Amino acid sequence: MRIGVVTFPGSLDDRDAARAVRVAGGEAVSLWHGDADLHGVDGVVLPGGFSYGDYLRCGAIARFAPVMERVVDAARGGLPVLGICNGFQILCESHLLPGALIRNDHRKFVCRDQPLRVESVSTAWTSGYAAGQEIVIPLKNGEGGYVADERMLDELEAEGRVVLRYVGDNPNGSYRDIAGVTNARGNVVGLMPHPEHAVESLTGPGTDGLGFFTSVLEGLVRS
Amino acid sequence: MARVVVDVMLKPEILDPQGKAVLGAFGRLGFDGVASVRQGKRFEIELDGEATPEAVAEIERAAATLLANPVIEDFTVHVEAGV
Repeated sequence: MRIGVVTFPGSLDDRDAARAVRVAGGEAVSLWHGDADLHGVDGVVLPGGFSYGDYLRCGAIARFAPVMERVVDAARGGLPVLGICNGFQILCESHLLPGALIRNDHRKFVCRDQPLRVESVSTAWTSGYAAGQEIVIPLKNGEGGYVADERMLDELEAEGRVVLRYVGDNPNGSYRDIAGVTNARGNVVGLMPHPEHAVESLTGPGTDGLGFFTSVLEGLVRS
Repeated sequence: MARVVVDVMLKPEILDPQGKAVLGAFGRLGFDGVASVRQGKRFEIELDGEATPEAVAEIERAAATLLANPVIEDFTVHVEAGV
């Protein structure tokens, strides 16, 4: 199974994301922001970082990169897409996911090992977890406050589309402690914490993040 | 040549941490009597030609597509006189 990892100018975590794919047993395929096709990959990860310097708004310029046209089309067709941190911001700017990410309410960058609760396992990227499972993976962002209007928040809750919630102190002012959401179909997931930094106990707080990558690979094998 | 200005502001219901930081600095510097500060963005766009209704409509499309995120921001477009 081949999972593409997109590198934009200013991406930081593309190599860790590719490594996470390999640790989970998949083949990682490097995709470039200027690519006009997805090279036949079975899924796509939009990694963390500061694409295009976060100019204008986080993810606002990356949304219009040539590769994103293909990603948006493929995601609407059911291709699994995971957006991590800056990748989540890009998915929101692309309107593949509802809401937006704004500056942390306390105005400081936050970097810590973050407890989370997996609220939905009905997505391509979380099917390997148990509903309600608590996991710890790194969180590092300056603009990670998830916002949406009340109607959309109620809709997300009612449809079970809140995928992850912060446990304990809310680290960035996200409405309703939301750390990650999915689209109606469950193939597109965005989250602010970094599962790709928690796939090996040597370099992370544990291996709680590995499930995102094994979930999508197992789902692809089954289908 | 004409100049079109696009002003982008966070919607009133969206928290503005930067505005709050400025408000805090006002207090520390002794600028009293300020109840709140909201920070936005201003884009000054020079057109090749005149600000025809079509040209301004094009800028409005650009504002809605790129300059503002309508999920969290409102924008206004106006032609600046005397440029």
